[in-house]
Amino acid sequence: MTFTREKDFGTPEKTGETVSLTIDGQPVSVPAGTSIMRAAAMVDTAIPKLCATDSLESFGSCRMCLVEIEGRKGYPASCTTPVAPDMVVRTETDKLRKLRRGVMELYISDHPLDCLTCSANGDCELQDVAGSVGLRDVRFGYEGASHLDGCKDESNPYFTFDPAKCIVCSRCVRACDEVQGTLALTVDGRGFASKISASQDVGFLPSECVSCGACVQACPTSALIENTVIEKGTPDRAVVTTCAYCGVGCTFRAEMRGQDLVRMVPWKEGKANHGHSCVKGRFAWGYAQHRDRILNPMVRDSVDEPWREVSWDEAIARVASEFRRIQNAYGTRAIGGVTSSRCTNEETFLVQKLIRQGFGNNNVDTCARVCHSPTGYGLKTTFGTSAGTQDFDSVEQADVILVIGANPTDGHPVFGSRIKKRLREGAKLIVVDPRRIDLVRSPHIAAAHHLPLRPGTNVALLTAMAHVIVTEGLVNEAYIRERCDTDAYAEWAAFVSEPARSPEAIEDLTGVPAADLRAAARLYATGGNGAIYYGLGVTEHSQGSSTVMAIANLAMATGNVGRPGTGVNPLRGQNNVQGSCDMGSFPHELPGYRHIADSATRALFEQDWAVTLDPEPGLRINNMLDAATDGTFKGIFIQGEDILQSDPNTTHVAAGLAAMECVVVQDLFLNETARYAHVFLPGSTFLEKDGTFTNAERRIQRVRKVMEPKNGPDGKGYADWEVVQRVAQAMGLDWHYTHPAQIMDEIARLTPAFAGVTYDLLEARGSLQWPVNGAAPEGTPTMHADHFVRGKGLFVVTDYVPTDERTGPRFPLLLTTGRILSQYNVGAQTRRTANEAWHAEDRLEIHPLDAENRGIRDGDWVSLRSRAGETTLRALITERVAPGVVYTTFHHPDTQANVITTDFSDWATNCPEYKVTAVQVAPSNGPSEWQMQYRAQAEQSRRIEPAEPAE
Amino acid sequence: MEGTGAMMSTDERLAYMAGQILRNFAVKGQEAAIAATVDHIVQFWDPGMKARAVAMLSDPDAALPEDVRAVFARVQKDSAPA
Repeated sequence: MTFTREKDFGTPEKTGETVSLTIDGQPVSVPAGTSIMRAAAMVDTAIPKLCATDSLESFGSCRMCLVEIEGRKGYPASCTTPVAPDMVVRTETDKLRKLRRGVMELYISDHPLDCLTCSANGDCELQDVAGSVGLRDVRFGYEGASHLDGCKDESNPYFTFDPAKCIVCSRCVRACDEVQGTLALTVDGRGFASKISASQDVGFLPSECVSCGACVQACPTSALIENTVIEKGTPDRAVVTTCAYCGVGCTFRAEMRGQDLVRMVPWKEGKANHGHSCVKGRFAWGYAQHRDRILNPMVRDSVDEPWREVSWDEAIARVASEFRRIQNAYGTRAIGGVTSSRCTNEETFLVQKLIRQGFGNNNVDTCARVCHSPTGYGLKTTFGTSAGTQDFDSVEQADVILVIGANPTDGHPVFGSRIKKRLREGAKLIVVDPRRIDLVRSPHIAAAHHLPLRPGTNVALLTAMAHVIVTEGLVNEAYIRERCDTDAYAEWAAFVSEPARSPEAIEDLTGVPAADLRAAARLYATGGNGAIYYGLGVTEHSQGSSTVMAIANLAMATGNVGRPGTGVNPLRGQNNVQGSCDMGSFPHELPGYRHIADSATRALFEQDWAVTLDPEPGLRINNMLDAATDGTFKGIFIQGEDILQSDPNTTHVAAGLAAMECVVVQDLFLNETARYAHVFLPGSTFLEKDGTFTNAERRIQRVRKVMEPKNGPDGKGYADWEVVQRVAQAMGLDWHYTHPAQIMDEIARLTPAFAGVTYDLLEARGSLQWPVNGAAPEGTPTMHADHFVRGKGLFVVTDYVPTDERTGPRFPLLLTTGRILSQYNVGAQTRRTANEAWHAEDRLEIHPLDAENRGIRDGDWVSLRSRAGETTLRALITERVAPGVVYTTFHHPDTQANVITTDFSDWATNCPEYKVTAVQVAPSNGPSEWQMQYRAQAEQSRRIEPAEPAE
Repeated sequence: MEGTGAMMSTDERLAYMAGQILRNFAVKGQEAAIAATVDHIVQFWDPGMKARAVAMLSDPDAALPEDVRAVFARVQKDSAPA
């Protein structure tokens, strides 16, 4: 593909009755409400424009897009004038040309004429419009041209604002308002002195700007432009691919010069993001070229030795021989593996296939164990399938949005912006969260109810909401009769109706005033379409699975499943965590969530793979570590996951890894887990391979290779799936895939929900939401539309069982953990980018009362101690957290928040209870001895022996 | 349970996990809770974990609560042919 900008229709798409009109003699039919500008663009008539772009509502300020309409006086702006039946429009007349040229002269009289040395040269709308209106002279002179010279704002690490190049079209301001919803920008001053200002003119970095890039994308000149374009020049080709950060699954145009990535620009056609992005996907891709990346395979006999760089052949042979040796010595089930939610569906499928077919056991698990495994259990039990019920677009039809244990503006920012947009349009919001997240109150948005519950009391709170709905007669009886198991409903309704489950009875337990809870329950049940979005604040508890089922119960009781605007939607964390679960990464399930004990399903795979499968479930990650400590589990293949940093109780994880004889890590960097590895296989980034990711709305999207893998000699390395295939071949398996499309064909052949998925269809449709099969050949935006996948929806009684993690005199505070916008999970990627400018360390949020009681001032070093361990970090005093609750992020290995978290976990899935740890906080002098030792040991374990010189 | 978490042995952890599952099914009544817990363990525990659980039945040092013992005994019965 050669480089062209995405077509810009000038104003947003409309839906309505068809209206026919004539533009420059051409008949045109468009939906009512469409602007003349858009209608013209649809028949390839480009009316000159500067302040209009199709991601924003029309504004009508630049006066370039004037047209003539038969029977109307004057020259209306085509961006703000909607089409009308039988309208006759002329876009090019002598008068219009003269007017446009005159306006253009005014613009250029205040614009430097340094086009040849300007960073937007060749990609500038102002330049294009000057050309198209035939500007030849500027009668007003050029004196105004550089009056804002020298006022550049270079504070943001990713883009530069140069007011001298600004034409004050307000596109950036409107993008920040309408698309991102942060409202950080404004036009300051008047006339020639007009200038875009971030917050109170404090500069972009210190301002409220979240660096999503919407303003840069909207800018028609080089006033706001990516620093990479300033450094490298404009791109010469673009490839559409899918972001590898969170579960929103934004699609981007990777704009390239040769093998060099110039910029990532959100793709307007992308159905998950509709042309929007966040600071991570848009800008934080520098890790892919970071010098810390390991590009050669390495081995060592013991973890005390330095690494030795070896050839791919030697490393692969070592993995195969070590795994076979261990199995001969300790048994078939003595090894296992972990698939990566960062990798593609095809790669994940191959890793679980390697384990089931090659290792001959089911010891496979994935990071969903520590995030959304309760979603799998809970939604499968109640609805019959382990996934969100809606597409993201559904939120546009929601009337009441219930957000539980999720922080979309930080964790899923692009979808967070969609929620905010819907809220600005009038939808009501209920937030259930111990912390006052940004959604609770931000510009133009205020939650109708914020229920700041005590961590660990989700089930009690949701059951009390159900109590209100049932006892006040707010249930949707017709829906329940038609679609749900009525016996189970009756049992559940009786349970929740007991006085002990009322909001008043649990007020002391949850800390939420009963009246607020009642009002929130009434709003959800009666406010129109009710949509629930939840995150890890639901799942990472000892009752994570129960909470998911309690949510499903609420949605069924109110008839809020099965149509747009409603539903139960887990906001999945990783880019492909939905996919890795779909692909059979759990030890008890084959791809498509079918239990390994089901002999018919097993037979299907056995026939295809020519092998007998182990009918018994395998070990979960934490069970693997237990078994390792006990001496029965000896080897592990870990693809793209850092369990030492991300899993709870670091000491336990370290002991398990240390007890193994062969730990193989496939990753981009020497991550924390690699400190205990014997073989390191360098990974490839999402930019270096083909495949698919599946996002939180079950949307399967293509990942396309835009550059050669760097993990090999002469820039010719291997995609991760190729490395797994080589390991499989070395272990004697007959694999011969030459492209991931063939792996997808195998997935489709073996998995009913994917039966209709092919790369050709993905190419044609852009994306597909599973199930894609005979019944739904184009995919399924809304699940459970006519009936629940399991048949009748199942109400499950969810009794509140308090966690065993208790506060007491020694550990009086409750720690809960979360994420921040600029960093991503363990930070392996984002810490290797300029995103460090926003969040260079993890801080402990503590309420002023708790801080004062302990003599802690803002910024002080404090020790954070639990029954599991101790660490130190700096305090951040804030009223976002309630008294008695403290909060931190887990992005930095120096902090090691998981030294603190305990082994307690969800009763059904062993998903760790990250969100509730009893702790004590005290002033401290700086990093603990343990942290210093850890740092020293990390350096020791990362030594690499230089390879022998070639000559 | 001061000191749990980091300190549990694998056997203690298995007994603890079974007890935790039982508590979450307790609302069904004891008999049904035991049956549901057995079913859960059969579906989600690997053979090594089930074997350890069963072995605890004949270990005089294993301090198993009565209901957990009943669960493990049923697991033993159900998995006898294997």
